[in-house]
Amino acid sequence: MRTICIGCVRISQNNLELGVPPFANPSENLARFNKDENGREIKIKFDHGTTTLGFMYQGGVVLAVDSRATGGQFIGSQTMKKIVEINDFLLGTLAGGAADCVYWDRVLAKQCRMYELRNRERISVAAASKLMANMVYNYKGMGLSMGMMLAGWDKRGPQLYYVDSEGTRTPGKVFSVGSGSIYAFGVLDSGYKWDLKDEEAYDLGRRSIYHATHRDAYSGGIVRVYHMTANGWKHIDNNDCNDLHYKFQEEKEDLGKYNTIISYLCALF
Amino acid sequence: MVAMKGENCVSIAADRRFGIQAQTIATDFQKIFQMGPHLYVGLPGLATDTQTVMEKLRFRKNLYELKENRMMSPKVFSAMLSNMLYEKRFGPFFVEPVVAGLDPKTHEPFICNMDLIGCINLPNDFVVGGTASAQLYGMCEALWEPNLGPDDLFETTSQALLNAFDRDAISGWGATVYIIEKDKVTIRNLKTRMD
Repeated sequence: MRTICIGCVRISQNNLELGVPPFANPSENLARFNKDENGREIKIKFDHGTTTLGFMYQGGVVLAVDSRATGGQFIGSQTMKKIVEINDFLLGTLAGGAADCVYWDRVLAKQCRMYELRNRERISVAAASKLMANMVYNYKGMGLSMGMMLAGWDKRGPQLYYVDSEGTRTPGKVFSVGSGSIYAFGVLDSGYKWDLKDEEAYDLGRRSIYHATHRDAYSGGIVRVYHMTANGWKHIDNNDCNDLHYKFQEEKEDLGKYNTIISYLCALF
Repeated sequence: MVAMKGENCVSIAADRRFGIQAQTIATDFQKIFQMGPHLYVGLPGLATDTQTVMEKLRFRKNLYELKENRMMSPKVFSAMLSNMLYEKRFGPFFVEPVVAGLDPKTHEPFICNMDLIGCINLPNDFVVGGTASAQLYGMCEALWEPNLGPDDLFETTSQALLNAFDRDAISGWGATVYIIEKDKVTIRNLKTRMD
């Protein structure tokens, strides 16, 4: 039997290997197709735009994310889950290309489970993040777009890593990723302390994401908060940005009234 | 930005966001302007051009009314705006105007919109403009019906606008709805999502 194959893509037997274009050195040559005949950039519009944050404190790790998925200016979803529960002691956040993040997080979940079955112990966050970083590094320069945080609790205690499609992998205490991260950092940095109580930490995460959704057009929907503890992750709550906005505005007005009374009293004496 | 015709009334409504790409700068930006007792124009687009075009329009309309000693009708106003925009055919103002009003004599409802170089579109149901125009067309097509009274027109316009910009990342952050009737104009600010 003969099969005719003209420049077809070789389908690999290993289902973890993606099909690459049928020419040599794809990461270099693929880039040539990103420009049209006039040298203008051809942009593929896929789901983008996010605010995610994670920080370590006395009680573990808090992750907070928004839930908006946009393709260009169009809002595709207001209820996307941008925190992936990889296993009971490992959470990942998504930012960047939605498909890239969801796909590679699924691959990572499988790898982590395989590790568990082979070694009869859970994978460390350091190892998991390195698996991820190495996987996406193989496709560097070919257009993958993702910035993720991995939060977990292993033998060495609470852990937080940042991994992205450029190949960066770094542990740290405070991260925020996505188009709204600049706004989130503003609130997060001004309120962050190691000694935060649990409730204060959740509130800081919530507030930071809310303020980012307010300023950043490509973030919004629901604020989801997760907490990584010694006993695994806990889902704290989901809050609609709309409810948060009017709640915070009320607080601001109450504070305003309080301050007028104080300044009035000060002027009196 | 949307305008609708009703029974002896018209509505015009827009969001209140002023932003640069993804960044929201202000949430109290005005893009609908009063040009007469029963005449309003909405100018969504580049903020600097919104204000320039508004000022040029107000100047030319005032000059007309002083010279002619009579009110400018929405039809004349639209023709003037159209010509003004075409003057800049090769370096246009980046606005997509929407005009809504009642004729000063007959109180006939009038709505129209045009593109940035002044091509007038005169339908007898509704007109839309701005970044959420695709979503607005869908909402208006579904909600609008002939001969709406002022209250129903307000509800229809508001729902169309609100649900349209919930699907547009760079619209929203508050909204203003104008209901223009023969002897009163009602202005309402809507409570909206702020993300």
